[in-house]
Amino acid sequence: MTGTIRLWSAISVFGAMALLGACEKKSPAPAPGGGGGTPAASTPGEITIGHYGSLTGAQATFGKSTDNGIKLAVKEVNAAGGVTVAGKKYTVRLVSEDTEGKPEKAGTVVTKLITKDKVVCVLGEVASSVSLQGAPVCQEYGVPMITPSSTNPDVTKVGDMIFRVCFIDPFQGEACAKFARGELKAAKVAVLFDQASAYSVGLKDEFNKAFKAAGGEIVSEQAYTQGASDFNAQLTRIRESSPDAIFIPGYYSDVTNIALQSRKLGMKMPLLGGDGWDSEELGKNAGESIEGCFYSNHYAPDQPTEEIRAFVSTYKADFGGVPDGLAALGYDGARLLFEAMGRAKSLSGTDLRDAIGQARGFKGVTGAITLNDHRDAVKNVVMVERRGGQWVFRASIEPK
Amino acid sequence: MDQLLQTLKDGIAIGSLYALIALGYTMVYGILKFINFAHSDVVVLGAWLSLLFARKLEAVTGWGAPPWWAGALVLILAMAACALAGFCIERLAYKPIRGAPRLNVLITAIGVSLFLQNMGQQEWMFGTRPANIPALVNDATLFTVGRVNFTLLDAAGVGTALALMVGLEWLVFHTKIGRGMRAVSHSTATASLMGVPVNRVISTTFVIGSALAAAGGFLWALKYSQIKQTADTSWTLLGLKAFVAAVVGGIGNVRGAMLGGLAIGMLEMFGAAYLWSSMTDVYVFGLLIAVLLLRPGGILGKAVVEKV
Amino acid sequence: MNTSAAQLRERSRALAPGVGLSLARGVAPLVACLVLAVALQIAVRPLMGDYAAKLVLDIGVAVILAVSLTIVNGFTGQFSMGHAGFLAVGGYASGAVTYYGSLKVWGSAATHGGLLSGRPMSVDPSTLPLIGSGDLLFVGALLVGGLTAAALGLIVGLPSLRLRGDYLAIVTLGFGEIVRVCIQQTGPVIRTAAEAAQVPAWKLATSVGGALGFTGIPKYTSLFWVWLIAGITIMVAYRLKRSTYGRAFLSIREDEIASEAMGVNTTRYKVWAFVISAFFAGIAGGLFAHTLGVGLSAEAAGFLKSFDIIIMVVLGGLGSVSGAALAAMVVTLLPEWLRGKHVGPVDLSQYRLVIYALALILMMIFRPKGLLGVAELWDRSLWTSLAARLKRLAGGKGGSR
Repeated sequence: MTGTIRLWSAISVFGAMALLGACEKKSPAPAPGGGGGTPAASTPGEITIGHYGSLTGAQATFGKSTDNGIKLAVKEVNAAGGVTVAGKKYTVRLVSEDTEGKPEKAGTVVTKLITKDKVVCVLGEVASSVSLQGAPVCQEYGVPMITPSSTNPDVTKVGDMIFRVCFIDPFQGEACAKFARGELKAAKVAVLFDQASAYSVGLKDEFNKAFKAAGGEIVSEQAYTQGASDFNAQLTRIRESSPDAIFIPGYYSDVTNIALQSRKLGMKMPLLGGDGWDSEELGKNAGESIEGCFYSNHYAPDQPTEEIRAFVSTYKADFGGVPDGLAALGYDGARLLFEAMGRAKSLSGTDLRDAIGQARGFKGVTGAITLNDHRDAVKNVVMVERRGGQWVFRASIEPK
Repeated sequence: MDQLLQTLKDGIAIGSLYALIALGYTMVYGILKFINFAHSDVVVLGAWLSLLFARKLEAVTGWGAPPWWAGALVLILAMAACALAGFCIERLAYKPIRGAPRLNVLITAIGVSLFLQNMGQQEWMFGTRPANIPALVNDATLFTVGRVNFTLLDAAGVGTALALMVGLEWLVFHTKIGRGMRAVSHSTATASLMGVPVNRVISTTFVIGSALAAAGGFLWALKYSQIKQTADTSWTLLGLKAFVAAVVGGIGNVRGAMLGGLAIGMLEMFGAAYLWSSMTDVYVFGLLIAVLLLRPGGILGKAVVEKV
Repeated sequence: MNTSAAQLRERSRALAPGVGLSLARGVAPLVACLVLAVALQIAVRPLMGDYAAKLVLDIGVAVILAVSLTIVNGFTGQFSMGHAGFLAVGGYASGAVTYYGSLKVWGSAATHGGLLSGRPMSVDPSTLPLIGSGDLLFVGALLVGGLTAAALGLIVGLPSLRLRGDYLAIVTLGFGEIVRVCIQQTGPVIRTAAEAAQVPAWKLATSVGGALGFTGIPKYTSLFWVWLIAGITIMVAYRLKRSTYGRAFLSIREDEIASEAMGVNTTRYKVWAFVISAFFAGIAGGLFAHTLGVGLSAEAAGFLKSFDIIIMVVLGGLGSVSGAALAAMVVTLLPEWLRGKHVGPVDLSQYRLVIYALALILMMIFRPKGLLGVAELWDRSLWTSLAARLKRLAGGKGGSR
């Protein structure tokens, strides 16, 4: 008997505690049914935008770079007097939240940004697997989301609120294949990919398709798992098939090990990769081994355009160091949003969505951005080469 | 043929590393009967400290090519530092709970492991970015068979691992403190009654295990030159595989750990080279489950029935 | 002989509670859970906002995970480190059932739930029934997830539980990793009903997204379902602890050899505990998979997630059901609370895991049984001893002055 009563009381105690615990997080009385995208609670004259990214954890460098790029854009727009929406001036406030790079955190973080901070638009994530979890929440609440650098095609398929300012993997894979076949004149290519990463698997598939279509041959396909350090077995197998080049659609820290080990095995062929290579650490840690290798990126800091020169110098002044592609994309994503706000009829989710979707030929650091019907950016891929200890611009591949 | 020889070489190289790390697990398990989850984090500490010492040395001496003694000096420094760390870990975290249920000790070990990982990740420690260790050994090719290069680096790695294992073997079976270790591993209470200084023996075990871990970390850094951040999952996986090696060889058995390390290294390399490269982790853990099913004591161990 | 047996039967009948009472005792907590779950579903979102609602939901799932792990790690003193593996297996199994089930039945993966389950905001609630046909599919899927996880628990538990306790730790850890690698090998999710119709059923089970994660699962999970199941889990775990099974579990924990000597079939009980625990972890996985904005990916099976659950169990007290639930709440809310908190120039959220680690070590040194030990929050002895201790503390201070 008493057991039952105790159980009863325990259950109610738990309920009460859960309520209490949550009460601490209580937001200023939102309307039942959620935000709906209207920035009702934003203080007059101020617009809040949100960024979710991996600010800590193993992928911290990605999130921090993007965050820096966005911060720079926000600073610049506020210095220029803010944005004008439907004839009214607003300053912009940025709220950045950490996902630790974990997909399961995305939902909570985006819900917080939308319902507690009342952001009118969400920027983020770098990793497609995390963006894929944040996107449905944005779609549900009718708040536009612009991902600066998630290249997996599925991300924008979530719904009409989801945009991106980078190219997609099919095009990146195709560009790499074109480059390998056309510029490098490679006939036989081996592929070494990270099976634990959606990005890597997707890029590998697209590359294979395009390379075979261009008349090349994939002579060997080997996999590794994130966290592996020894690639000798895979590389030995690849060596047996004597390819002209190796395509490695992985992240920079793994590529470092692969480059070092392949050279030790006496393999001299060029390595080729995607934008996951984009980090100072790769050149620093792989040194000589990465010389004469190529990867596809969103931009090259040494490209001779006015936008890039200005961006690189202000970024250096604010954060030190040369901005990587992720910083450039974060910067472009935020600026494209501000430009769209200027054209939007109001700050409601649907009006903002329409304005963003109409972006045509927006002049960004990473090239001219035009959003197509799938809400993906149509833009060129830049191939960079490691030459004399520097990443230098090699070729620009235009979309069809 | 080239591939076979290459795989064999790689299997021995990685296997001897696993063996070196497995020794630490097996020694602690033999004496205290618990899985020291923090062991792999001492390996990481060893790798990062080697990096710091090597950088410092490079800055001080301003070498062009590393002098022959550079590697040895860094190795000794790293081993000494980690031995001290191992001593502190044992005194501060494990000693206060000696005699507590195994579960508690295991949880403490996880706590120590998490602590080391996440402190190392802080920017003022080692940070989150991967780093590169300066070359410590001249990477000259000794001889070449077919397309397989045997380099000085390979020889130095395997040689160091082998020398340390032989040294440990001698220590355990031919010295007084080794006799003490064997006595404590049979029965702590009896050993203590027979006048074996149990606390000192346990401390020594941790010191030696941690020094071996540091050597493992050093050789790892030498072999791969890029060191990932302390909380990277690759380290946990490395520790796990080394522990699997210890279990497969027969936990608590020093020679078993060496055998197990080689077995795991070979399995991994041959699996990746001749079967699917995507399933290497599955082979390793599959072997563990198979060994536990068929021969629970491991290859060299004997199944122990617990008595009161 | 006969008469005494009859007398005994008579006496036991007299002592036994009536049918009505025992029925009430069995059903009443269930009703309480139901009422509480409905209340949470109705009240939390309008009163506290969506972010708080999401947190309350996260807490509920964490409670199920922590309480289910308590059955193994807390009650029997065995050490499972692959709980996240069961979570992932349950999540994928139940996600596949609802996703492909919806495709087969309705031709799309839209939700067909009632008022009490999750639904898109665009759906007008006044048109919905209390329980929709989709809810039945959802509950069925949760059961499938739980049973799949339980079956795997049996496969993993049988060999390793025959051995010394800490082998289980390493085998379950390895198991989680194997699950992770295997999930990564799966094919992409099939998007349309027409395509799915052409694919054999076994192949559908392996088309769960691979490395990209399983997206598109209908989002049925709501506060109602999570807290109903959390309540049931707490109840089952508590009842289990008080049953003969629970006594056997605790005896294994205290001294395996002694309990074996007392005639407890230790392997059998350990396997039972393990399977029950895996079952609830599988159900939690199902709830996890059907939550909006929660990514079901292979990473969910990784050991970092398992460590999180272990920390909850240890902090709460090894063997305390309510303690585990309490710790689940703390561990879920702490990082959210730490967001953007600074002490001077130090960002506290950076040190979250360092704080956990230190808490674990210090707890094992100074309070080896966890916060509550085996006691439950509603045990009067816990509060009286606490009060006594406080009084002593206050008295001690007074005395020194």
